[in-house]
Amino acid sequence: MITAERKPMEELIAYLRPFRRILLLGCNECVTVCAAGGRKEVGLLSSALQMRFAKEGKPIEIEEITLERQCDPEYVEELVSRIDQADAVMSMACGCGIQEVARRFQDKPVFPAVNTTFMGASERQGVWAERCQGCGNCVLGVTAGVCPIARCSKQLLNGPCGGSTKGKCEVDPDIDCAWQLIWDRLKALGMTEQYEENIPAKDWRTGRGGGPRKIVREDLA
Amino acid sequence: MKTESILEKILAAGHLAVTSECGPPRGALPDKVREKAEMLRGSVDGINVTDNQTAMVRMSSLAACIIIRQMGLNPILQMVSRDRNRLAMQSDIIGAYSFGIDTMLCLSGDHPRFGDHPMAANVHDIDSVQMLDMVRTMRDEGKFQGGDKLDGPPKMFIGAAANPFADPFELRVARLAKKVNAGVDFIQTQCIYNLDKFELWMQGVRDRGLDEKVAIMAGITPMKSVGMARYMKNKVPGMDVPDELIKRMAGVPKEKQAEEGIKICVESIQRLKEVKGVRGFHIMAIEWEQKVPEIMERAGLLPRPQV
Repeated sequence: MITAERKPMEELIAYLRPFRRILLLGCNECVTVCAAGGRKEVGLLSSALQMRFAKEGKPIEIEEITLERQCDPEYVEELVSRIDQADAVMSMACGCGIQEVARRFQDKPVFPAVNTTFMGASERQGVWAERCQGCGNCVLGVTAGVCPIARCSKQLLNGPCGGSTKGKCEVDPDIDCAWQLIWDRLKALGMTEQYEENIPAKDWRTGRGGGPRKIVREDLA
Repeated sequence: MKTESILEKILAAGHLAVTSECGPPRGALPDKVREKAEMLRGSVDGINVTDNQTAMVRMSSLAACIIIRQMGLNPILQMVSRDRNRLAMQSDIIGAYSFGIDTMLCLSGDHPRFGDHPMAANVHDIDSVQMLDMVRTMRDEGKFQGGDKLDGPPKMFIGAAANPFADPFELRVARLAKKVNAGVDFIQTQCIYNLDKFELWMQGVRDRGLDEKVAIMAGITPMKSVGMARYMKNKVPGMDVPDELIKRMAGVPKEKQAEEGIKICVESIQRLKEVKGVRGFHIMAIEWEQKVPEIMERAGLLPRPQV
């Protein structure tokens, strides 16, 4: 999923200060799963903002809407009837959802309430970790199912570097050394000989190196 | 011979080779470079010039290498994949060779987390293994990494680092094999304090015949004090400093610790000379370059052979 974290309150307050009627948007997809911007978080943020502005003697009105999927124009369209009642929109969706709202409503200020962080997986209750950088040409087939691009601090395709210590990364003892994980799995799979096949320099054109990317599926378009 | 590199010639003649290093200054101070390099004249066969070591901004390795080359000495261009993409690397390699710099070392580099610009973006377009392959392709096939033909290939003698002390240990010989496959000519190892472990690694290297394919130079760093020994043990990732060594340093009065550090260093060199497959030494006397001639003398490595 795409993970996100709520921005600091002061930043949100600064964005909203010039406005009185706010449309606060959540999204029912990834940000709900990572507890950053679903219906529940929209409700909590709405209360917090209203209390804060009321305390400043400048009450605001907030309408709360959580869309099924904010990165999808079909659902964003549902806002048409409500958008005029708002001076500004604050979105708790990931960057994709926020931009979709901004694209649809050209003359409406739209502010992010979260920092979109990474594509990751849940490690345990309340902990998410990065797993994929969307390089556009998956290497997991030759790295034993562990991505060194997303999970090695130096993005080494032929690691580990000399800083791997007791399975941890030199950058932070909370980070697992991706190459230790790869090696452990290669051993478990009985495929250690694969380690010595050098992975050639990557063609980054399928990633951000080729500029903003687009997928066009002729069969669906 | 693949290159005109003095280091290659020394190794090819069967001598124990010696390199040392010089960290460029953190400012436009060309005389500092000259001063440090001058201390090494006559004592070593090549001078590594670090590339923003520990992820701190310094005079570029290329610029400092040019200064050293112009002094008639033999600089070794260090290049890390942290700061440059493959375009910048290749242009710098051609540039370096155009100034007569014919030996280089390919590294991934310390993470910016440890330096003075932790907010900087990491490049890591290619890794150190891929960098070796790129330089070898430029030299031997006269081609850029992207595939185009290259006029005037840079005839670089190509080095890399190896850390026998990092984890997982069982992978450390295999990682060297990857570098050998990529075309490395010589290896400079991480500082060796745990000689038993190093010898175990060398055994693994010899078992696979890798010592026949690459010249391994043992990394040596003299310790100035017990404080430095403790720092190396506790703070430097991938460093293995045995407790006995710290005890030995702590066992002599403060004013004699530097001398004890030199003694340890000379003893290490003497022992490592006997290890089959060790083809030379890389002395990293950090901000202590003036001690290198003395270490070389006491280790019986002077005068340097003329080739």
